[in-house]
Amino acid sequence: MALVELRGVRKVFPPSKRGGESVVAIDGVDLDIEKGEIFGIVGYSGAGKSTLVRLVNALEVATEGTIVVGGTTITGLPEKDLRRARLDIGMIFQQFNLFSSRTVYHNVAYPLQVAGVPKAERHARIAELLSFVGLVDKAGHYPDQLSGGQKQRVGIARALATSPSLLLADESTSALDPETTQEVLALLRRVNEELGITIVLITHEMEVIRTIAHRVAVMEAGRIIEQGPVYEVFSAPQHPATRRFVSTLVDGTPDERTLAALRERHAGRFVTVAFRETGGGQSAVFSEFVRRGIAFELVYGGIEEIQGRTFGNLTLSLEGDPAEVDAAIAAVAAHADVQEVQ
Amino acid sequence: MGDTRLFELGPDLWEAFGQTLGTVAIALFFGVLLGTLIGLALYTTRAGGIYANRPVFVVLNFLVNFFRPIPFVIFIGAAQPLARVVVGTGFGIEAAIFALALAAGFFISRVVEQNLFSVDPGVVEAARAMGASRARVVFTVLLPEGLGPLILGYTFAFVAIVDASAIAGVVGGGGLGSFALRYGFRQFDPVVTWATVLIIVVIVQLGQLLGNVLARKVLRR
Repeated sequence: MALVELRGVRKVFPPSKRGGESVVAIDGVDLDIEKGEIFGIVGYSGAGKSTLVRLVNALEVATEGTIVVGGTTITGLPEKDLRRARLDIGMIFQQFNLFSSRTVYHNVAYPLQVAGVPKAERHARIAELLSFVGLVDKAGHYPDQLSGGQKQRVGIARALATSPSLLLADESTSALDPETTQEVLALLRRVNEELGITIVLITHEMEVIRTIAHRVAVMEAGRIIEQGPVYEVFSAPQHPATRRFVSTLVDGTPDERTLAALRERHAGRFVTVAFRETGGGQSAVFSEFVRRGIAFELVYGGIEEIQGRTFGNLTLSLEGDPAEVDAAIAAVAAHADVQEVQ
Repeated sequence: MGDTRLFELGPDLWEAFGQTLGTVAIALFFGVLLGTLIGLALYTTRAGGIYANRPVFVVLNFLVNFFRPIPFVIFIGAAQPLARVVVGTGFGIEAAIFALALAAGFFISRVVEQNLFSVDPGVVEAARAMGASRARVVFTVLLPEGLGPLILGYTFAFVAIVDASAIAGVVGGGGLGSFALRYGFRQFDPVVTWATVLIIVVIVQLGQLLGNVLARKVLRR
């Protein structure tokens, strides 16, 4: 059984003013998140991903459907039981949401106090957590004395205090610069690998998904339009929205403007070859051109890797005998997806 | 200057000063208590609040809007019947303190409500996500996180209470306001009036200073 199970989940917000229309934020989502994985949910703002993650710990109450976390049915749970269930679900936020009136130490202490952990035990646990996130020397500092990355590390320590089995990360790196983002992502990976905590990661940045997620779901208009292992979704996106997201990471085919500029400099026929790990190698493709005496040049595109597996799209300009070029394109199609660019 | 009675009125002035301090202190204490409770109720029962409850909010909001704008010189008289029930008399310093505390409560409730808006809703959400009960969120997150602005709000209310306390004389409540009216204004003795003004200014300045220092300490700025 999956750690988190969503079945037919809908969330409808009532109209914000009289006579207004109600907003369907989540429109029938089924989702399984397995124990031990880092599951990414990507989507543009307004896609419903933040609402979806809040349904999991019932900060928002689902209108329809069932949500089960670690065997506990969250939907319809009375407030008192819900509070106990939340001790097993940590959460971190885009704006960190640290208590500004409390020191780092007392921020991390808070969930332990809520859980009723005795003081001596609390002290030991806080020391352990601060050492895990590398902030032992900042215990007495207030949040406004910390950098963004340090704040998020406090947020992570605080979210892990009650040893949850699930961590919800809501745009947890979106307020950070690229370097700090990588630091925080590395810490989240340690949380996953060393502590075995399942992570649900909400983001609009594909780079974040690429860096640490195992599986990904793409959301649009309250629905999950595509999901699967990150490599599969990224290397062969099916839905237009997914393609747009993937194109933020790897170039697909050149747009019209780029194409026009390229044509001015390159006389040959343009083809875009989509390289995937499966279905033959790059050498098979290139040797096909060489063998037929075709001069080729790479004019656009790039190669990416996810967990050591490469994929990418390369646009080539081919010059040579027209019949040979036709034959080469047909032959290459056996090794990779090839598409003539008009 | 020569014909002022300020110096022979010394003991009366001292007594009036004590009455004002006592009146203001007690009214501030109960006003803060009442106002904080109503202010918290307004903030938390509002749509989207942790105790969101429209009927409760509408009733409280109406009550505050109804009572708060009544000029204190009228309010103090209008509160007389209620003062008789609660403090046993409609006259004297007790009645004045009662009316002042009640009016301060309504006033402070708005100040508290508005200052709580400065608390980042994200920290409330974070505490809820950690499994904190709503009551715990109010007392361990909402109030501590809003304490700095709240202290400044209470200081603001303190100045307003000092101002309103001058009207306590209407129901025979004494204090610096009555003193200035009786011995300064009506006796054409501007020295007495201005001496009273000076004392009130000092009280207000000291109160404001204390409030600023406390707020700065809480906000660590």
